[in-house]
Amino acid sequence: MFNSLSDRLGATFDKLRGKGRLTEDDINLAMREIRMALLEADVNYRVVKGFVASCKEKCMTAEVLESLTPAQNVVRIVLDELTALLGTTESKLVLAQNRTPNVIMLVGLQGSGKTTASAKLAYLLKNQGHSPLLAACDVHRPAAADQLETLGSEIGVSVFRGDGKDAVAVATGAIDEAVDHLNDIVIVDTAGRLQIDEEMMQEAVDVKNAVKPDQILMVVDAMTGQDIVNVVSEFSERVDFDGVIMSKLDGDARGGGALSVREVTGKPIKFVSMGEKPDSLEVFHPDRMAKRILGMGDVYGIIEQAQKAAEASDIENAERMLREGFTMDDMLDQMQQVRKMGGLKKMVGMLPGGDKMLEQAGGAMDDSQITRIEAMIRSMTKEERLKPKKINGQRRKRIAKGSGRSVQEVNQLLKQWGEMNKMMGKMRQMTAGGGNSKKARRQMQNMFKGMGGMGGFGGGKMPF
Amino acid sequence: MGMFDRLKEGLTRSREALNEVFYMGGEVDEDFWEDLEDRLVMGDMGAEVAMQVTDDLREQAAREGLTTAPRLRDALARRIADEFATAERDPFDDTPSCVLFVGINGAGKTTTCGKLAGFAKDAGKTCILGAADTFRAAAIEQLEVWAERSGTEIVTRDRGSDPASVCYEVLERAESEGADLVLIDTAGRLHTSPELMRELAKVVNVTRKRSEMPVSVVLVIDATTGQNGLNQAKEFNEALDLDGIVVTKLDGTAKGGIAVAISHDLGLPILRVGVGEAIDDLQTFDALDFSRALVGEE
Repeated sequence: MFNSLSDRLGATFDKLRGKGRLTEDDINLAMREIRMALLEADVNYRVVKGFVASCKEKCMTAEVLESLTPAQNVVRIVLDELTALLGTTESKLVLAQNRTPNVIMLVGLQGSGKTTASAKLAYLLKNQGHSPLLAACDVHRPAAADQLETLGSEIGVSVFRGDGKDAVAVATGAIDEAVDHLNDIVIVDTAGRLQIDEEMMQEAVDVKNAVKPDQILMVVDAMTGQDIVNVVSEFSERVDFDGVIMSKLDGDARGGGALSVREVTGKPIKFVSMGEKPDSLEVFHPDRMAKRILGMGDVYGIIEQAQKAAEASDIENAERMLREGFTMDDMLDQMQQVRKMGGLKKMVGMLPGGDKMLEQAGGAMDDSQITRIEAMIRSMTKEERLKPKKINGQRRKRIAKGSGRSVQEVNQLLKQWGEMNKMMGKMRQMTAGGGNSKKARRQMQNMFKGMGGMGGFGGGKMPF
Repeated sequence: MGMFDRLKEGLTRSREALNEVFYMGGEVDEDFWEDLEDRLVMGDMGAEVAMQVTDDLREQAAREGLTTAPRLRDALARRIADEFATAERDPFDDTPSCVLFVGINGAGKTTTCGKLAGFAKDAGKTCILGAADTFRAAAIEQLEVWAERSGTEIVTRDRGSDPASVCYEVLERAESEGADLVLIDTAGRLHTSPELMRELAKVVNVTRKRSEMPVSVVLVIDATTGQNGLNQAKEFNEALDLDGIVVTKLDGTAKGGIAVAISHDLGLPILRVGVGEAIDDLQTFDALDFSRALVGEE
């Protein structure tokens, strides 16, 4: 069984590889695989049919780029088509200029993440210099208003609860409150509802009519399956939203639903929500999403994550490392960096072809290796960490005992440290001057920024 | 209203869709089979399972000479029903029992917990709720509202405290008071977060170790979930060794076909299905009823 789209496409194109030209039969074969793979990525089957048909036509007639293999050409065409379908421009929030307060309303199914998304949106707008007010219009789910209030206080945004009984009254009350308190944006969090629940859909329409939002955003769970089409088309018809927030994209769902939403309603995906933290609402990038759906590795994502993890202090550290050599403490730091970015498996999985690597490595590429190394380093004294060369046979024995590992493993670790230290020495020579001149420092900073604080990761000499 | 009627009501659309297939001139040709496969995929059954089911039905049709729509439909329902693992024990009925609810964010864990407490109360059992979702804002308050509604006892700690300690405390309380059923709500988490999965594994281990009553770990899954549901279930199962599944939100147009794949692939029984908002809309699962409703048998 194929686990992911990239495996599936990889297998298909392995079959196609090595041929100078693709026949129609080859293309049919590839398209069949793409069809099945898109279905497994939860793209709606009607959308899949249309998409595959147009891809096939493009493949048959497209100008073939000489520099690419036939298989690469097919991938390029599929990727381009997918990106185009997801929307070619990044769309942002459109708010009326001459209205205060502006109103943004969030709708969606139960459990899609509306309340969390409301808070994240408020945080984003607050950071852009706005003064948002959250309106707790979910009067149905127990303690929904409490949840919003807690989230609001965490990000420093006030929450209007009103009487907590009538959603319309809360929404209009919030606008009055915003006028009184000089808030320039009201974010209306509504109750989760099923698209076939007539009464609840009417409530959403009533709230909409009462507050006339500038923007209505629908929150859609990235893990939703085929039914997403029924859900969004009904919401689109009744409430007529302006755009979509895709939630829970920090999981491993391919998010094929994004494609279906776009195709069925024509509405753009505006934001993606990537986790629990308030700052994890990001602008939607169609090209990244296309690659994600096709399992081609979220290269941009990994760079951004690395950049986030590599803070200024890390860059200073890196400079010090170059000047004074690489200590065991630095190695420990690196292990923690990898952890910070979600563990080795996640990082490798995000690289193109990473899925395949993970499969080949079997269970070998897990984070227990990191844990073991951490344990060994933590069993060293401060002095040993700074000057690992001091570690003689007796010390090795003690470290092995202290960390519950074997002496051989400690030896291996020391060897790795030696290799990494040697590499640092080479880099030092490369940047000649050892960080004394401004130019050299800049050079080094750039280098480490590029490596995203991953240090020796690029050298391929890490123990895993 | 029984589960069958409820499901039938909820699944009308998919049934209509399948009826279309089955009444298409009654002729069983290549298009019929291809279309059937597509429809099953549309129901989130997963391309692999759908293909397998269709192929099997096809063979069976040839072998047994099934040519008419109703007979094929009946055979298909039985075929799908066979995919489900059967439950050896119902942890909500067979008390004393302790059940932990796990799953991703927004699956419906807290609501399921609250509803089952109401059920237990009606059945004359003593039930204690454990609010071990100490992470999400207002999760404790939400469960407290449910506890109040059903008049059930609840053990809570402050938000941010160790969820395992809540489990420990609720089990102590249950033992000293001789409660029949302990229901523990945990914080939603994505299966891709190793840290959070480790935390949950600890919570489950503490509960399993401490509890003198049998402990079941139940995955709550949203019926609208697509193929990623299988990944979810696999990861949770690997980390926690699950005992069963509860499928929620089957009252929309979603067909919950992913439940077939999960139950089939992981051998996990479906213990309850949520077919509506009301408390008694959380019902016991009947594989044949579910499958019949799915394929549109009258």
